[in-house]
Parts: sequence; C-alpha cells; structure tokens
Amino acid sequence: MGIRERMSGNEAVAHAIKQVNPDVMAAFPITPSTEIPQMVSTFIANGEIDTEFIPVESEHSSMSATMGACAAGARAITATSSCGLAFMWEVLYVAASDRLPVVMAVVNRALTGPININCDHSDSMGARDSGWLQIYAETNQEAYDNYIQSFLIAEHPDVRLPMMVCQDGFITSHAVMNIELIEDEKVKNFVGTYNPENYLLNADMPMAIGPYANSPFYMETKMNQRIAMKNAKKVILEVAKEFEKISGRKYGLFEEYKMDDAEYAIVIMGSAAGTTKDAVDALRAEGIKAGMIKIRVFRPFPGEELAAALSKVKAVAILDRAESFSGQGGPVGSELKAALMDAGVSAKAVNYFYGLGGRDYTVGDAEKVYRNLIDMTENGKKLEQFKYIGLRK
Amino acid sequence: MKKNIEIRWHGRGGQGAKTAALLLADVAFNTGMYVQGFPEYGPERMGAPITAYNRLSSDEIRVHSNIYEPEFVVVVDETLLHSVDVTSGLSEDGAIIINTAEPKEKIIPLLKGYKGRVYTIDARRISMETLGKYFPNSPMLAAVVKVTGVMEKDVFLAEMEASYRHKFAKKPEVIEGNMRALTMAFEEVQ
Repeated sequence: MGIRERMSGNEAVAHAIKQVNPDVMAAFPITPSTEIPQMVSTFIANGEIDTEFIPVESEHSSMSATMGACAAGARAITATSSCGLAFMWEVLYVAASDRLPVVMAVVNRALTGPININCDHSDSMGARDSGWLQIYAETNQEAYDNYIQSFLIAEHPDVRLPMMVCQDGFITSHAVMNIELIEDEKVKNFVGTYNPENYLLNADMPMAIGPYANSPFYMETKMNQRIAMKNAKKVILEVAKEFEKISGRKYGLFEEYKMDDAEYAIVIMGSAAGTTKDAVDALRAEGIKAGMIKIRVFRPFPGEELAAALSKVKAVAILDRAESFSGQGGPVGSELKAALMDAGVSAKAVNYFYGLGGRDYTVGDAEKVYRNLIDMTENGKKLEQFKYIGLRK
Repeated sequence: MKKNIEIRWHGRGGQGAKTAALLLADVAFNTGMYVQGFPEYGPERMGAPITAYNRLSSDEIRVHSNIYEPEFVVVVDETLLHSVDVTSGLSEDGAIIINTAEPKEKIIPLLKGYKGRVYTIDARRISMETLGKYFPNSPMLAAVVKVTGVMEKDVFLAEMEASYRHKFAKKPEVIEGNMRALTMAFEEVQ
C-alpha cells in the first residue's frame, strides 16, 4: 500500500497539487514557498495537468485572482509565505466572508522586521482572526496528507471556508525525507470534483458575491462564519476517517504522544513536535512521565478537546513560534490557557516562545522545558512565564 | 553496516555541498534507509560558507534540528578551515573528510586538536581529470560513502549510475566521467 518515495515538503505539496489537478492556480513567488508554483507550472508546461496558471504581479493580486476564480465556480489554489501572506491581508477576510473554499499552501516564514527568510509562525498566526481554517504539519508526509484532505474540508456544505495548509519553511519545505505517496487514482477519487451549489458563471442563477453589507447584515454574516468554523471540527474528523481508508494514516484535531499517564506535557505545533517526541522518549527512559500534544488544527481552535486531554497533567508548557507582543503570551498560549481556565483544569501552565526567525529548537531544548516543569511542580521553583527558549545571553 | 549516521557538510555557496547532501540522502533512500538531507540557509550567495546536513537511519527520523554533534564532517572547501570551526561537536570516534591536495600533516594542525580520524581527498584533481571541470560533488560523495561505511561500494556505484542515467539522460557523455570520479575517489581517499 502506498508508494515509498523521498522528497521535500514543497515537492510533496506540488505532487499533491498534481494529483488533485485543480482548475486554477494564481501565484506570486516568495521564499520558501516559491518551489510550489514553480513545480506546478512545470507540470502544466509538460501537459501533466490542465490547471490554468495565472501569473500575477503581487500577492494581493494572487489572492484576488484565486478568490475570483473560486467565486466563478473553480477549484482554485495559491501558495505563499511571510510578507506575501501579509500582502494578501485585505483579501483574506473577503474570501472568508464570501465563503469561498480557496486552498492555500502556506510555507511558514517569519514576517519581516528585521528581514529573515527562516521559519516561524508569525505569518499565518497574524492571519488567525481572518476567518480561514488553519492546519499545520510536522513532516513532509503530513503536509502532503493535510493538503489532500483540505479540499473536502473547505468545500463541505457545512463549512465553505478558505483553508491554509501550513508547513514549516525550510525545516520541512526544503528537507528531503521519506514519504509514502498515495496512488494518483485514489487521490483523484478521494477529492472528486468540485460542484458548488452557487457560483458566478451559473447562467441559470445569476447572483452577486460580496455585496455591501451594512449594520443590519454584517453581524449575521460573522455569526454564520462562526457556525461554519464550529462545524469544521466535525467535518475535519470525518474527512480524516475517510482519508485513513486510502492511506492507513490516522489524523485528529491534534496528536497525543505518550499522554495516557503523562504528568508533564508540552503543547506545540509543526516540525518541532518531532524533535519534542525524541525528548519525551529520552525522559521516559529516565522514568519521567513526559508527554506531548501536537496541535494539527489551529482554526477552529480545539480548546475544549485540548483541555480534556490536559486535565490530568501536573504541568504543561505551551510553546509558541510567534510573538504577539501582548505581554500575555503568544497565540497558542493565550487561547489554550483561556480554554484550560474555562474547563477548570488546574494544571500549572506556562507559555514559552521558541524558534522565532528560524532559531533552532533541539531535543536538549525540549528536555530543559520538561525539567523546568518538574522544578516548578516538585521543587517549588517560581513559575516563570513567557521565556524565550535558546535566547543568546 | 552502520545504521544511524549524522553528517555535517561545510562548503561554499555554488560548490554543491547541498546537492551532495541531497544525493547522499537519495542513494541511502534507495538502499532502504530513512533519510534526511537539508541545507541551513543563511544569506545565500556564491562563495559564502554554507552548511548542509544528513541523518541516515534504519529507524524513522523525527528530529528536525540542525546537527551539533555529528559523527562525520565533510569539508568541501579547505579554505573554510581557517574561518569556520568545522570540528565543532564532532565525535572523536567519528571522522573528518577534507577536500585538499595538501598532505595530512599540513591539515591536522588546522583542526584545533581534533583527535578522531582525518581523511583527505584531492577532489579537484579527480574532477579535472575525469570531468575536465571542477565539480567536487561526485568525488566527495564517494569519499563520504567509503569513510562512513553507510553502504557497500558496489551498491553505491550501481545506485549512482542509475541516478546519473536518469539525471543526464540528455547528456550521456558525462556519465562515464562521473562514474570514473566516484571510483577514483573511492580508491584515493585516505
């Protein structure tokens, strides 16, 4: 079952695009996601797929063109990173409120200031309130698997929301690793064809998309987006079940690693989860009950489910790969702490930052975080919030 | 056969250290291993020092950090010995492989007291003799395979030939030269 291959995360997503053969891709290149549209244009030039590629002059335009194509009734995609995503900002909100199931591959990279090409989550985290679904990958395999699943999630009649399929810039996008691909025919059947109920090019049902909505309508639109976002949780799990049938791989809203009897937990997203797993194993070998939760779906945020999974730990460290400068923690930390409080979970919770602008995060770094949790819980060490892991002295 | 190897490559932008790391991942993959090959990106430009990494294992690889305590270090450009701490964290049970025409006695004093094995290979001469141009990739790759023992020579050469036939389908004339570069490097690294 499956095809044993090796490729980078960008190649994996491009391969998934080839298998899905979407109707339209509009894109503007930006490191480290550039390879994706580059490879897709090669597939098109070689006649392997018949996707209409729209080269544009900016990301504001790539998102506008993708959105326009999607509104017209096409399965439309794009890819971007960092400042490219920032340049789409205005249009992101329009795609979400117009309920257009655009799928965008985001190869996470730090936002400029100072300029930096390496990984952190500040780009997609900045867009966390735009109304897009967001899903994150630990490996090239997960980037591929998530990408294939995204169409069925975004296009589901109970959801109809755009989706960002995120992976860590360079760390997975440019690292060649083993992967198990799914046969073309199986992917094709899995994603099926996109048949929107309403679309602009439907001559039998002329319509407008994205009209002015003044105060009697705006709030209801937001409520509908919220309901769609809530529905997405169920749909994501249903799609994961179907995906398991063609791949043999299980997915949830998050992954629990050795959490059954865990006393100390790290909650993290993306490639650093793999590194953390090795730390968990090393600590377990010493008899320390360490565990890890990797958030896969950040939008919608699985707050209640995470709180339940953390209800028995003594202490948890929530690790953010993006600053928010609130002084009260990062995006994952703030939301998860609120969820823990709502659920009455009494575990000590700290929120640390790591990996900003590509700062490396090692197995040793993860081990130190667990030892910190132990010191805080067992040895009466003061609870210290918002530390930067691996900061140079 | 070794079953868990970490390698750090030091080169200069444009010399192909990253490509060599990816090629090594490729051949190891073809022998059934789990592989990881990745570059560390800084401000990329021709001639700037760059680093690339390989993890090759019989087990699934989960770590995504750079490699700080490698078993092997490969130096594609000997001028880096003066500016980069190439033996940093290098295991004394491991080895360093350096592309140089100099005798070992001249190189060892530059290695900050490194006590592990030191190998040298004149990849420039091999490349000039076999390809007529300076592409240190192929000879360095062969040297790495020999020193690390990651796979048998015959398996390696067969895999590389298949890979070259694919890569140079439109330039078959360069295949023989590259194969000769690999064989010479296998014999000459010491």
